Amino acid sequence: MTHVQSLRCRECGREYDVAPIFTCEWCFGPLEVTYDYDAIRSSVSREKIAAGPLSIWRYQDLLPVEHNPAVDLGAGFTPLVRADRLAAQLGLGELWIKNDTMNPTNSFKDRVSVVALSKALEFGFKVAACASTGNLANSVAAHAAHAGLRSFVFVPANLEQGKIVTTAVYGGNVVAIDGNYDDVNRLCAELAGMYPWAFVNVNLRTFYAEGSKTLAYETAEQLGWQTPDHVVVPVASGSLLTKIRKGFNELYQVGLLDDEPQVRVSGSQALGCSPVAAAWLNESDTIKPVKPDTIAKSLAIGNPADGYFALDAVRQTGGGFAAVTDDEIVDAMRLLAETEGIFAETAGGVTIATLKRLAADGTIRPDERVVAYITGHGLKTLDAVVDHVGPTASISPTLDAFHAAFDSQDLLA
Amino acid sequence: MSEALAQEGPFMTVTVRIPTQLRELSGGNAEVALESGSLTEVLAALDATHPGFRGRLFGDDGELRRFVNVFVADEDIRFLDGLGTPVADGEVVSIVPAVAGG
Repeated sequence: MTHVQSLRCRECGREYDVAPIFTCEWCFGPLEVTYDYDAIRSSVSREKIAAGPLSIWRYQDLLPVEHNPAVDLGAGFTPLVRADRLAAQLGLGELWIKNDTMNPTNSFKDRVSVVALSKALEFGFKVAACASTGNLANSVAAHAAHAGLRSFVFVPANLEQGKIVTTAVYGGNVVAIDGNYDDVNRLCAELAGMYPWAFVNVNLRTFYAEGSKTLAYETAEQLGWQTPDHVVVPVASGSLLTKIRKGFNELYQVGLLDDEPQVRVSGSQALGCSPVAAAWLNESDTIKPVKPDTIAKSLAIGNPADGYFALDAVRQTGGGFAAVTDDEIVDAMRLLAETEGIFAETAGGVTIATLKRLAADGTIRPDERVVAYITGHGLKTLDAVVDHVGPTASISPTLDAFHAAFDSQDLLA
Repeated sequence: MSEALAQEGPFMTVTVRIPTQLRELSGGNAEVALESGSLTEVLAALDATHPGFRGRLFGDDGELRRFVNVFVADEDIRFLDGLGTPVADGEVVSIVPAVAGG
């Protein structure tokens, strides 16, 4: 059973019964799931979680929907990798990479789509839909196929070809929109009012977003029920960053952590789409929408729905923010791959480039335990690196050719 | 739209799309036809013909609430002239909740 009590507006506090609604009818503020934390505290334990499935469903007590095997492809419980070689390069101490490329469709979006589509089946929806910058498209198409739901996935037409193919292969409808993500999003918000569809990040967004909390739960469990001192999180809509912070706080609230978490939360954006980072850097309370222009297309949301909450989270926890260039993104993708063997998509490049900047300027300190969230796989954005890496040598299949290409002393080293 | 136009007369040439959350104020209609003018004038006319919109769209400070996005001819008014954006004959104003996507 779930421990959900209601949906509550984050702006004005009005409460609503559980339903496929996502904004406050009064002020348009976002709704947030509220839980009976006393009941969760009585129900949950470290032992119960340890005995649960190796997926996000081991945290069932803290999620807003029952586990439904019909939708489940195994999202979650991805590796937390100690990154000593990268840490040494950046002058940091204890650094970990949460490698969420290891999800069923190779991004963190599987966590949110499986929560949303489980809820969609509960509500009786027959059609799954979403607005996506690519990763969610992959995930909704795959989970809808697994669950036997029809799907409509809306993406900007200029998306990487890889992300179109890895969505279309699941057989649902893929609608390429002549416009940017914010155009796609507006169309979907209007469509959601016209058709009885489960738009995972529109009318089911309140539930959907809760799936991201599991990134915090797993991090704490994998650290032996301790929290990091500092996390670095990519920001598109701002929901992921906000929910990671919420996840750590909830663990303490329900008695799974001994000490109250003091996690500093830092955000990362690409310079070509950095409305939240700009507000932080300018010390402004207003987030101005932008027209995105960056290779980090999965983060290219110019009008971020949860931008204000992400900004608050970074400010309240004493974190930092960076807006990194496309060149820094590519360099950071290569740095992570070369030092740790983890191939991240462009969004991961944004995160590692931000980690590098914040380590260099002292925002992230060497005495902190740091976790960087790598949210999508590099195979999804090969275009970004295809001109930067290639064979070390191209030779004929002979020993002579090999020895002509490489210094034999070096080969014996 | 045509039905609304027929009801409200020939001078009303701007269409305002109403999100589901606010249709209780528009008698359940998804669109309302109004006279052209600046966006401020169009939204004032919306509140005059269907009382209650002002309080829902604007905060106490007189500014649009921060989770209300308004589009004129499919462009976010923050990229145009804000509430001063002119809405010409035949153009569509969309009121859309900000909290979607990502």
